[in-house]
Order: sequence, then C-alpha cells, then structure tokens
Amino acid sequence: MSAATSRAGRPGFVWVAPALAFFALFALVPMVVVVFLSFTAYDGLNPPQWVGLDNWARLGADPLFAESLWLSFGLTAASWVLQTAVALPLGVWLARRGRTRAILAAIFFVPLLMSSAAIAVLWGTLLDPNFGLAGVLGPLVGIADGNVIGNSRFAFAAVVLVIGWQYMPFHTLLYQAAARAIPVQLYDAARVDGAGRWRTFVSITVPQLRDTIITSGVLIVVGSMTTFEVVLILTEGGPGTATRILPLHMYLTGFRSFDMGYASALAVVLLVLGTALSLLIARVTGYRKMASQREGL
Amino acid sequence: MITVSTTADRERAVVGGPPPGAGDPRPRRRRRRGFNVLGALGAGGWFVLVAVPLYFLFVTSLRASSAYLAEGPLALPAELTVDNYLRVLGSDFPRYFLNNVLVAAACVAIVLVLALPAAYGIVRSRSRWVARGFSVMLLGLAVPAQAVIVPLYLMVTQLRLYDTLLAVILPTAAFALPLAVVVLTSSLRDIPNELFEAATLDGAGPARTLVSLVLPLARPGLATIGIFTALQAWNGFLFPLVLTQDASVRVLTLGLWDYQGQYGTNVPLITAAVVLSLLPLLVVYLLGRRYLLAGLTAGAGR
Repeated sequence: MSAATSRAGRPGFVWVAPALAFFALFALVPMVVVVFLSFTAYDGLNPPQWVGLDNWARLGADPLFAESLWLSFGLTAASWVLQTAVALPLGVWLARRGRTRAILAAIFFVPLLMSSAAIAVLWGTLLDPNFGLAGVLGPLVGIADGNVIGNSRFAFAAVVLVIGWQYMPFHTLLYQAAARAIPVQLYDAARVDGAGRWRTFVSITVPQLRDTIITSGVLIVVGSMTTFEVVLILTEGGPGTATRILPLHMYLTGFRSFDMGYASALAVVLLVLGTALSLLIARVTGYRKMASQREGL
Repeated sequence: MITVSTTADRERAVVGGPPPGAGDPRPRRRRRRGFNVLGALGAGGWFVLVAVPLYFLFVTSLRASSAYLAEGPLALPAELTVDNYLRVLGSDFPRYFLNNVLVAAACVAIVLVLALPAAYGIVRSRSRWVARGFSVMLLGLAVPAQAVIVPLYLMVTQLRLYDTLLAVILPTAAFALPLAVVVLTSSLRDIPNELFEAATLDGAGPARTLVSLVLPLARPGLATIGIFTALQAWNGFLFPLVLTQDASVRVLTLGLWDYQGQYGTNVPLITAAVVLSLLPLLVVYLLGRRYLLAGLTAGAGR
C-alpha cells in the first residue's frame, strides 16, 4: 500500500478502502451470513441454531415455494413483454422533437418520482371496489363487482399492470435516450432506398437499440425477481396465495412467521436466481461482443 | 435552473436526433410522409393510462370526502378544498417527513464522502488492489437488498441499532454506494491526464489533487449520484420496514401504508398524503428535470 501511495502523487488503496469496507460490511458480509443462516433455525429473538440441511430439504416439500417460484417467473415474463412492448415504441416516438411530445413526455415521466409505496397506495384506492374507480370501470371489462384485487384470476394481472405502470416510464426514458443516439445517416440512407416507416423501424431502429433492449431486459428481469413492495401493499400476496411471489414469500416467512432460517434459504435461492438470470441473458444475447453494430459508418 | 428548451438545443447539437424533428433543416418534407397514426394512437392510449390515475390523485386530494362519495371518483369536482392537506399535516405526517429528510440527507452525505475518494483512487491508482476493489464494487451492483435483509436484521439487532434512523441510513447508503462509485468513476475518467500530471509537477499530493483539481471538475457527476442516492433514500421501503417499528422513526413510505390501513375509506385524505410525499420531488422535477432524469437513469449506463 505504501509503495502505491508514494508512486509520484498517485492515490493508493487507502483511498478506496473506506468505501469498500462500508459496502462490504452492509452488503457482502450479509451475503455470507445469509448462506450460514440458511443452515440454521432462527426466530429473530434467540441465537440461530445449526440444523444442517433441514431448511433446504423443506424447499422441496413446500408447495408455496414452488407456487411462488412460478408466480415470480410469470411476473418476470409478463413484465418483460408488457414493459418492452410499450416502452420501446413509446421511447422511439418520444425521441423526436416537438412541443406535443415534450409536454406528453413531462407527464409520462411523473410516475418515476413516486415511491413504490405511493404507487401501491394510489392503485390500492383506485382498485378498491367500494370507494375507488374499479367499481365504476370493473363492469365494463367483465368484472361485475369491480373487485379486481379480491379475484384470484385478476389480481395477478392487476399486479403486473401496476408494476408496469411504475417502471415503464423508466424504460421509456432509456429507449428515448438510445433512439436519440442512433446516427441520422442511417435514416437518410433508408429514405433514399425508399423504406417505409415500418421497414425503417424494424430494420434500423430495433437493431440499433439492441444494447438498450438487453440493458432494459436485464433490469426488468432482476427487478421483477426481487420486487415485492407493490405486491405487499396491494394484495399482501392474496387472495389466498394468488400473488405470493418469491420475495414476498421470503418476507412473510421471515418477518411475519419469524421463520428466518427458512427465509434465508429462500433468500439464497432469490440471490442465485437473479444473478443467474441476468448472466444468462448477457450470455445468450452476446452482450459483450457487439462491436460490429456500427459497421459501414 | 435548466429549461426544457436549452436541454433540447444542447442535445440536438450533440447527437442530431434520429428521425429529424424540430432540428431538421427540412421539416416540411418530413411532414408529407404522413402523420404517424399508430404512434400517436399508442402514445394516446398510454397517456390515458398515466394521466387518469394522476388526475384522480391530484383532484381527489382537493375534494371533501363527502363530495367524493356523492359525485364519484372521476367527476369534475364542484368545489375544491385543502382540508385534507390540513388534516394530514396535523397528523404525524410532518414527523415522517422530517425523518425522510434526515435519512436522505445522511445517505447523500455518506455516499458523496465515500464515493469521491474511491472513484479518484480507481481512476488514478496503479495498485492491483484498487482494481480488485473496483471489481468487487461492480459485482455489488447485482446484490438485491431482499437477499440480505435477514442477516441485516440480525446485524442491526446485534449492534443495538434496531428502531433507530441509523438502522435505515447505513444499509441504504451502502446499497447506493456501488452505483455511485461506478458512475462517478466513469465521469472522472473524462478528466484529461495532462491536468493530473500538471498537478503532480506542481508538487500536489493525492489529497491536494483531489480537493483542488478533481472536486471542481466532478461536480456534475456528484450532482447525479447525489440525486440518485436521495431518490433511493426518499423512496426506500424494505430497510425501514424490517429495521424499524416505532412511529417516532417512521419514514414516509411506511407512513403512507399506515394511512391506507387507518383511513382506508377516506380516499381524499389518503391521496392528499400521497401528493404531499411526492411534492419535494415534483418541485425538483419542475426546476431541474435534466438533473433528476440523469440521476434516475444513472444505473442503466453500466
């Protein structure tokens, strides 16, 4: 360390150490501890008791675990489809200049300012069958009593929609910035070749947005696998267990049933799944080798 | 204060914009290709989905609760009132608000103080350990808070910090730190090497270089990570939920949830609380949209 500091006025490891130590204490050490805790029985009051593989054996026998896992995958897939399908074209549309677009954009991005809790509370009142909007609009879309949240068929869709409402503006913003960076010559060339609007979108815009599609996809996947505030406030995992996604199952197991050993095992699954999924996406899509994108310019 | 038009001008000058819009020398020709019906329809549809809840939020917060029930949720209100706001402000809300301000300010202070030297070290150091430290930070970007919440609870109770604001501040700052370091590092890399060499020739050590060279040049980057951290802290939910309990240390997000449970039937009161929790960010959004959006998307550039 001292050799590095003395090297002609260059900073050494000491400059990085405080940040690293602080981060390690509250994020890396707990990551190790959570693995340890997954082999213990811990109720939050008494010291953890070593129980070996008990918690891990319980995973296989817990029907709620399998269900919550599938719900999480379902939420992730649905969120990705919905959010990308809206955010990509909308971002491209908003990338062009104009007064209308600027004003619309300013409103589009307001949900970005709201916390998950604020959004969930707002939608909770909107979807309340007695006092909200759902009682008025529900019958129009085939839900006679307007009780979207209390209906196991619609509650999951409502969760996907509300989470989409929260995060779509963010992804729209990413696509808007990326679409603005597409070299304008490509569009000029396409126009010379007589390409129409749709053809230009499919052959130029979408391929050029590849990086952003991957970045946004990874963020959606990781975000959907770990989010739970909105679901906790909106449905508490209900009705029954219809929206009990994996992070919520973990939270309720750990901090409502105080079964923190088993919750730790669930947390490890969550950690591994989130990391593995984002690595998989990066690998499959070849995120690191796409230097040829600007070929021919 | 940055206005929308200067932002647009600046960006247009830099990147030109994809399909030519306002900055296009031949806007007329473009217009003849026809109005983008599909795009406008899609944007219009989504606009309704975004605007209706927001309209509901703001208008309902200004209505008497009896009028809300009588007129229905979407009707234009016959008369407006600020009673809901006064009632919310008369409850525990100011205390939650103050707690939020304290948490956000402390997190920003911790992150700025730790991230700046770290980023400087990463950009300028030749030490192998620094490179390894940076890899650890990059890895840390992927750690979800949910995965470590049980051990954090254990640690916080062991440290006797449970039910204090510090229990919220420390992990929130720690989880904002890796991204702050990464963003700041990439902005410090833009400082020309010659400036550092000149500083060294003048006999400035690392501390002197940091204060008189890096700090002034790092301001935009510091603003970005400061806003990012403040947003994280302001909207944080999981850490306060698990690591605090008492109303005296309750933050806004938990307070809102509490209002929903307490006043479930009084929709105007709840919406007023939501609007008040959002107000500081709304003000920042109106004054400096560019900085706020830069802070928000800080995470996506990695």
